[in-house]
Parts: sequence; C-alpha cells; structure tokens
Amino acid sequence: MAKYLLLKHYRGAPAAVNDVPMDHWTPQEVTAHIQYMGDFAARLEANGEFVDGQALAPDGLWVRYDGEGRPPVTDGPFAETKDLIAGWMIIDVESEARAVELAGELSAAPGAGGKPIHEWLEVRPFLAAPPTITE
Amino acid sequence: MTPADGFDVDDAGSGTGLTAGTPAVDEAVLRGLVPRVLGALVRRGADFAAAEDAVQESLVEAVRTWPASPPRDPAGWLVAVAWRRFLDATRADAARRRREAEVAAEPPLGPVTGGDDTLWLYFLCAHPSLTPASAVALTLRALGGLTTRQVAQAYLVPEATMAQRISRAKRTVADVRLDRPGDVATVLRVLYLVFNEGYSGDVDLAAEAIRLTRQLAEAVEHPEVSGLLALMLLHHARRAARTTPDGALVPLAEQDRTRWDTDLIREGVDILQAALARDRLGEYQAQAAIAALHADAPTAQDTDWVQVVEWYDELVRLTDSPVARLNRAVAVGEADGPHAGLAALAGLDPSLPRHDAVAAHLTERAGDVERAARLYEAAARAAPNLAERDHLTRQAARLNAARRP
Repeated sequence: MAKYLLLKHYRGAPAAVNDVPMDHWTPQEVTAHIQYMGDFAARLEANGEFVDGQALAPDGLWVRYDGEGRPPVTDGPFAETKDLIAGWMIIDVESEARAVELAGELSAAPGAGGKPIHEWLEVRPFLAAPPTITE
Repeated sequence: MTPADGFDVDDAGSGTGLTAGTPAVDEAVLRGLVPRVLGALVRRGADFAAAEDAVQESLVEAVRTWPASPPRDPAGWLVAVAWRRFLDATRADAARRRREAEVAAEPPLGPVTGGDDTLWLYFLCAHPSLTPASAVALTLRALGGLTTRQVAQAYLVPEATMAQRISRAKRTVADVRLDRPGDVATVLRVLYLVFNEGYSGDVDLAAEAIRLTRQLAEAVEHPEVSGLLALMLLHHARRAARTTPDGALVPLAEQDRTRWDTDLIREGVDILQAALARDRLGEYQAQAAIAALHADAPTAQDTDWVQVVEWYDELVRLTDSPVARLNRAVAVGEADGPHAGLAALAGLDPSLPRHDAVAAHLTERAGDVERAARLYEAAARAAPNLAERDHLTRQAARLNAARRP
C-alpha cells in the first residue's frame, strides 16, 4: 500500500475544462458539488482507502524567523501568489494506477451546469517508511 | 492478568492442563490459541465475523472460569465453548435460519487438530481473492489477535478505514470453502510484507511477523517457511545496528557488527541449514543464505562476496526479479571490482528503484567522483522513503564538499 496526496488548488493549476468560479454556480449546483465530495470520501472510507481530507481557507500569512529575541516577521496574504492550495485528500491505495483512477473521479465532481469540472488535481506520493530487507 | 506458569501450548492436548493454584490465565498463551480455535470454527462452517465474536466470548469465559477450574485441554475447551456460543447466536438470529440448517448438517465436533486448523486460517487470511493490504490486515487481526485500532495505528490510517478494510476482507473470504490446502507461497508473501513493509508504531510488526511465521512453521513442514523465518531472524538480528539513535540509516558495510544479535543469527543459520539440507531451494532460502553470509563476516571486507554472487545467481534463476539483478550487480562490484559491477548493471532498466543509488556507489568506487555525485543527487530525488533520501543526500554532499577547492 502507498499513500498519496490529492491536492486541489485555488490557483496555480492549469485551467479546468468547466472553469466557472463556484460563486457563479446556482445554489443547487453548489449543493450537488458538496454532496459529490462527501459521497466520494464516504465511499473511500468504506473501501478502506481513506486517510484524511481537509479544506483550507484562501487567506493566510507568510511567516519567517527574524533573529534571536525578535518576533517572527509576518507578511501577506499576497494576492499575486501563483500557487494557492485549497485542500487535500490523502488516500492509502494499492498502486499509483489506483491513485490516478481516484483522482480522475474526484476531478469529475459536478460544477456549473451540473457538468463535471474536469479540474486538474495534483497527485503526490508520500515518502514511505524504509523497508528492512534491501540487499 | 499476570504472567503465570500456565500450560504448555504444544502439550495442550495431552492433558497437562493448568498448573494447580495458578491465580490467573496467561494472556499470551491464550492469544496463541486463538488461531486454532478460530480456524476450527471457520472450518466447520461458521462465517468469519460470527466465528470471531464467538471466539471472543469463549476467551472472556476462559479468563473468568479457568483460574478456579482449569481445563485439561484448553484449546478443545475453547473450541467447544466458542462453537456453542456460535450456535446460540445463530439460533437467536432469525435472519440466519438458513445458515443454521447448514451448520446443523455439519458432522459433530471432532478432536481439535491444532496445526491443521491454524494452517487453514493462514490460507484463508492470505486468500488470492484479497488485495495484499487486505490480506495483511486480516492476518494481523485474525491470526495475530491485534485489535483493529492497533492495525490502524501500525499502518497510519484512521481506525474507521481499517475497520472497513478488515470487514471487507472478511466478506470477501466469507464464501471461500477451502477443501484443500492453499498455496503456501501466498501466505509467505503476506508475512514477508508484514515484516518488510511494516511501519513503525506502537506495534512491533517485525516481531509480530516473526511470531506468525514461527507459528506457521510449527503447523506445516515446508523448507520455504523455514527459509522465510531464517531470513526474518537474520535481518532482525541487525536491527540495533541498522539506524543511528536519531533514525538515520546505517548501510550494511558501516554497521557496528558487535551490535548484531548473535542468538538470533545462530537460530536463523540453524533453521536455514536444516531447510537447505532438504534440497528444495526457493527464493526465501536463497535470500536467507545471502543474509547468513553477511552475518558470518566479522567485517564487511571479510564477506565471501563470491558466494554472495552465486546465491544471487540462484535468486535470479528462481525469481527472474530485476531487484535481485540490481542487488547482484552490487555483489559483483564487491567480488570482481566496480567495473565488473557497472557492467552487470548496464543491462538493467534505469527506472528500477535504487538503480541510481547502486550506479552512484559503483561509479564512486571506479573513481569518477563528479559523475558519482550527480548520480547520488538523482538517486536522492527518486528515493522512495525519507531515510534513504537523507542518506543519499549526505552521500552527494560528501562528494560535492570533497570536490570544492
């Protein structure tokens, strides 16, 4: 088994096919989208493949160390930040092919007009624990 | 419960019984009997989930009554009680009338044939209809007696997810009727996975894999079962030397061999020699033989690399595995020099895991430091786990630092 992160972006991903912002959908379309996401997670849990799913607020801060005895420097949020993560799902699956299959299903979540968004999702493997037998 | 003298599991059927006056039941001994009892019930027609519930109830009953009246045959006692509980539960459940009719038609309970029933459960938990992850989870739950929470923690997934994985696995094998032994190789693959790809957590999966493989070796005479057990013991012996206190990997050549566990090595070598004497070589015996040659060398330089290469030749012949060929190239590099090692590497697919790491090592030994540094960098980027990536990054950094004026 291997764990994968399915990463959803507010910004930074290539444009989706059905690229209409969520606040321009009908309320029913928003509800249908949320329902789809919830059903997807529930199905993964029933499959024994679900690990975690979280959404992130679009606004955040940049923080860095500013030297001994000084408070950290904060800045932002930067409206021009190219890559903005919206949330993720972590899955534990048999193979990369299965991770791709599930990401494809997640990308089919309905958007404007009730049609699939065809959104680009980033699929990233976790670095696993080292095996014992390597020679 | 406190550890007590308890009874001898191997002798459980011959009437040794619990030592008189034993104040409590030995939990570990009780846990060791579970696979036999569960196997006996499932084999007599109980479905997996119901059998597990019934066995659980029989254990509770044992803990309650054994201190006062120890049974002469603990396993037989547990099977009888669990079977009765299973029938009670089946009768109580109107929806299960049909199954009741089926089990009522089963022959009456015969004597408990320990090894057979345990073995049967191993085959069921490793059944080919299960995915590897499901087989691993079911094996640890049903044979290892771990709780679902423990299995979930060991594999870093939520308990609800693991509960679903296990119950799906039980449903998958619910209708499997094994009328003949399965393929031992499928069982060994599952145990190998538990040992080798175990995550760290509260549960010591390597120790659990060894315990389950020992138990299997008691239930079935098979040189490859012995081979796998020897392989596990020989690698487990190096555990203390394999990582630094802060978790960094220590390669085999740099390990402090005085920290290897000589008792485990001796046991592993003895088991391996007995298996090899039966002249039915298999991949686990070949891998164990390689591990035994390393265990036998007081220092890395003293390793009998020519013999190691010969065993890799056997392993390649047995498995045709590209990973075995890759490791063979490393051994050839030690036996015949880095250029011979690079020649052995030349025909292999560069996208193989650890290909660049092996190439880097051999290239450095061949004297091309600059190219070796590039290869270590590439190997670090492709490393499948953090500990290896860190190790390879340090190797690249070491070579890059040495090249700076």
